[in-house]
Amino acid sequence: MRRVLILGAGTAGTMLANRLADQLDRSWSITIVDRDDDHHYQPGYLFIPFGTATAKQITKPRSSFLPPRVAFVRSGISRVRPDDNEVDLDDGRILGYDWLLIATGTVPRPDLTPGMGDGSLWYRKVFDFYTMAGALALQDVLAGFRGGRLLVHITEMPIKCPVAPLEFAFLADDHFRRRGLRHKVDITFVTPLDGAFTKPIAARELGNLLEDRSIRLATDFAVERVDNEHSTLIAYDGRELPFDLLVTVPLNTGQQYVFESGIGDESGFVQVDKQTLRSTRYDNIFAFGDATDLPTSKAGAVAHFAVELFGDNFQAAIAGRPLPNAFDGHANCFIESGRGEALLLDFNYDTEPLTGRYPLPLVGPMRLLGRSRINHWGKLLFEKLYWQVLMRGRSLPVPTLMSMAGKDQED
Amino acid sequence: MPTNTVKGHTFEVNDEGFFINRDQWSEELAVELAALIDVELDEAHWAPIRFMRQDSARTGVTPTLRRLQTVGGFDVKELYRLYPGKPVKKMAWLAGLPKPVGCV
Repeated sequence: MRRVLILGAGTAGTMLANRLADQLDRSWSITIVDRDDDHHYQPGYLFIPFGTATAKQITKPRSSFLPPRVAFVRSGISRVRPDDNEVDLDDGRILGYDWLLIATGTVPRPDLTPGMGDGSLWYRKVFDFYTMAGALALQDVLAGFRGGRLLVHITEMPIKCPVAPLEFAFLADDHFRRRGLRHKVDITFVTPLDGAFTKPIAARELGNLLEDRSIRLATDFAVERVDNEHSTLIAYDGRELPFDLLVTVPLNTGQQYVFESGIGDESGFVQVDKQTLRSTRYDNIFAFGDATDLPTSKAGAVAHFAVELFGDNFQAAIAGRPLPNAFDGHANCFIESGRGEALLLDFNYDTEPLTGRYPLPLVGPMRLLGRSRINHWGKLLFEKLYWQVLMRGRSLPVPTLMSMAGKDQED
Repeated sequence: MPTNTVKGHTFEVNDEGFFINRDQWSEELAVELAALIDVELDEAHWAPIRFMRQDSARTGVTPTLRRLQTVGGFDVKELYRLYPGKPVKKMAWLAGLPKPVGCV
């Protein structure tokens, strides 16, 4: 019996399990490991602080999305021993594999910035929001916030869902506007980048939108520490930003076991070939989604498009042939901009986000890099597609590799 | 493609003035570039630049501040002292490398 072992039953792992269950004959065993049975629809974290989603709505059992032939093992992972083709679990069990597929994502590490996770203000005035615990805690705090300085902050790139902090800032603006308190709240978007986004055209469009919403932008901000005594965020270059509420995205790293298994980089991301997602060190290991060091967004769409291309590649790998499909880093994501509207980005390794229409030229129906209600409804509808289509291992009717159709090209 | 010429050395640059081709760089050129931003390169200044050249030759990307800290063993405050303001950008420029970007 040949054995494929999947680590992580989130977005990428669940898609892989479903695809492989269809693709591999009964001479294969498929096992998937995760520490719990709670599958979070992570884009939903954004809406919890504003009271427009609940924990219950965005949580479903991982097991209910796994095919019957896939064995689900519930445990944390302590180490991969790639030279032995074995994985040690936290509960003491050892799982052997012929092929290992890693999809254990990234984790926020507030403990790695002095004064953040270990500070007295943590979960009192300083919160992360892209975790269930942080999102829930913020719901109460935002509801009781009646004015003052709000910082929306990114510690360092890369982070899971890179547009989420911008969305948080836009939704916070909308939230306080509706409550008639906007004039009492000073919102600043604080980023280590030199603009609102990494790529020029998107940075320009999103920067303009921040300005329209009277959200200040503090760029090139490399945070040194949080000063809990004075409620101040301090940068290495000496800048100090006082706050009444700090909503931060802590440093993101891979899982601890990746550091300890010798398969990742200094941030714990599994090093892979950026076209085939095969480990650069071990031919029988592949990694997917946020867990990788791919130079593209850490976003569900990236995991999805990469998984689409993996089936053929895996057959070739099993047969010892060259892998036929090359991933292009394709990502797309909705950006909630508040007031019932959203933007849509579509890009890859080589092409930055551009304005235009998606998925069809001229008719859309969705606008790229422009606000529209249809984009907003698309974002809300996507939750249903996520559970009912993607997590069942089916495809969406959009191109897997990025297409230039409908995109406006600037010189 | 725009080019820049400093003391007779011509090299291709992008819109923001960063090198396109790392092979058009030399240590002599770095000294000339440093003078343009009022930095005099001593050994302390050279150490992170050499690390960035070597590291990026292997990985294909410009190392981030965090990588300089965790892999290179450099003290971040010291880098800010050596290259005030935006150290990684300045060092990348002086090292003939692309601007470091956290991925989108």
